[in-house]
Amino acid sequence: MANNLAFAALADPTRRAVFERLADGPLPVGELAEGMPVSRPAVSQHLKVLKEAGLVTDRAQGARRVYQIDPKGLGQIRAWLDRFWDEALEAFRAEVERETQDSEGEEP
Amino acid sequence: MSQTIKPAAIMKSFTVRATPEKAFEVFTRGFDRWWPRTHFIGASPLKEAVLEPGVGGRWFSRHEDGSEQMWGDVLVWDPPAHLVVAWRISHEWGYDPNLHTEVDVHFTKVGAEETRIDFEHRGLERFGDSETADKTRAGMKTGWDLILQSFKAVVGG
Repeated sequence: MANNLAFAALADPTRRAVFERLADGPLPVGELAEGMPVSRPAVSQHLKVLKEAGLVTDRAQGARRVYQIDPKGLGQIRAWLDRFWDEALEAFRAEVERETQDSEGEEP
Repeated sequence: MSQTIKPAAIMKSFTVRATPEKAFEVFTRGFDRWWPRTHFIGASPLKEAVLEPGVGGRWFSRHEDGSEQMWGDVLVWDPPAHLVVAWRISHEWGYDPNLHTEVDVHFTKVGAEETRIDFEHRGLERFGDSETADKTRAGMKTGWDLILQSFKAVVGG
């Protein structure tokens, strides 16, 4: 499932170019945007999508944010679990409320 | 540049229309009634998902071929307010008794028939500790290359 998200995130050619530059090593947004045919805000937007897909991570370095490919692939595991728990907990909520309604219905 | 990245814990908060007692009961003894049937480990389809009551209680599944798969065990059992369960299923979808991630759930009464659930799955960085993770790390660069190659093939980039 995480792979599907990763694939969707990489389907955009510009985003793929951003990702490929990070594959060579960590970079701050400013340096990433240099040499790209799109604006810095656009690069930031692409990074946001890549981050949500678990493909890259970021961290503060002084006043800058440095982006890099998640070195352990933990981002993918996390992204998978995050969506998985959404699904499981929604099922839990539905079951609790169904049972609560049922027991209310049984009251005289 | 080589500092370890620690993935943030997964946190979910929501309310359910039920008392904390009911919510705790359904989450634990009623575990099998809501756990998605699509999510199980092992080769055989899921028959029953079980969360045994009490500290040390087993969290496991029974399968149609009669086999059982351990998932983890109960660390904190404080009904109806608090539950912590160790999730010991690795990212390779196998049980690893040495893997320690925690699923922590608080049940807080916020109304006559309303409970806030504060859910947290933490310790995710430990997925990186297992032996298989070393192989995963080693294969990462190759993996990305393959993903990108298949993309280029599909998209024509």
